[in-house]
Amino acid sequence: MEYNVITSGSKMVIELEGRLDTTTSPKLDAFIRNSLEGINELCIAMEKLEYISSAGLRVLLAAQKIMANQGRMVITGCREEITEIFEITGFSDILTIE
Amino acid sequence: MKELDIEALTDNLTEVMDFVDVQLEDAGCPMKVQMQIDLAVEEIFVNIAHYAYNPETGPATVRVEVKPDGSAVTITFIDHGIPYDPLAKEDPNLNLPLEQREIGGLGIFLVKKNMDDVSYEYVNGSNILTMKKNLRGEMT
Repeated sequence: MEYNVITSGSKMVIELEGRLDTTTSPKLDAFIRNSLEGINELCIAMEKLEYISSAGLRVLLAAQKIMANQGRMVITGCREEITEIFEITGFSDILTIE
Repeated sequence: MKELDIEALTDNLTEVMDFVDVQLEDAGCPMKVQMQIDLAVEEIFVNIAHYAYNPETGPATVRVEVKPDGSAVTITFIDHGIPYDPLAKEDPNLNLPLEQREIGGLGIFLVKKNMDDVSYEYVNGSNILTMKKNLRGEMT
């Protein structure tokens, strides 16, 4: 998995690419936990994300909890398969998916 | 039928996924179904890696059987660790608000939701978890 980060002022966009799984999630989790200070709008762009497992959902949940206290987080560009995972798990109710 | 004997370590997850995916691709499995199966394989293998032999490590066997007509797959995980039925875990409450949501149990829940049939048995010192999935995208 690769991710590309674009920050402008208090807005951050993280573009995910590849597979967000048990092996790759810790790296993204560490980045998010250490990088959100002063950010009040976080966008996670998933156009190129092919796969997400519960380890990836855990990272999104942690990010959403942080952002709920300091601004907002949106998810964009999900493929159908990934949208379905969000729906099955009830994540579509707690995440803002655009 | 193909089998992979591998040490139950999360570092080996990629090898397990590749082993399963090659056979699904050979069977002409649609991408969406493959992702659903991948999710289940990851959750079960990682579970074994984390808990079966904790704090030691040990072997696991992954068996993949695709029906000759390519219509369904059965994937079996065998380990010789402590008896543990992951299916006994209660499903998470999906209606809780954000602050109360926890991720525990979500993995197994995804396994149950994404596969058509999942069963567990403990036989002669082995945990055996078997899951089945129709590859044509219809529920069995």
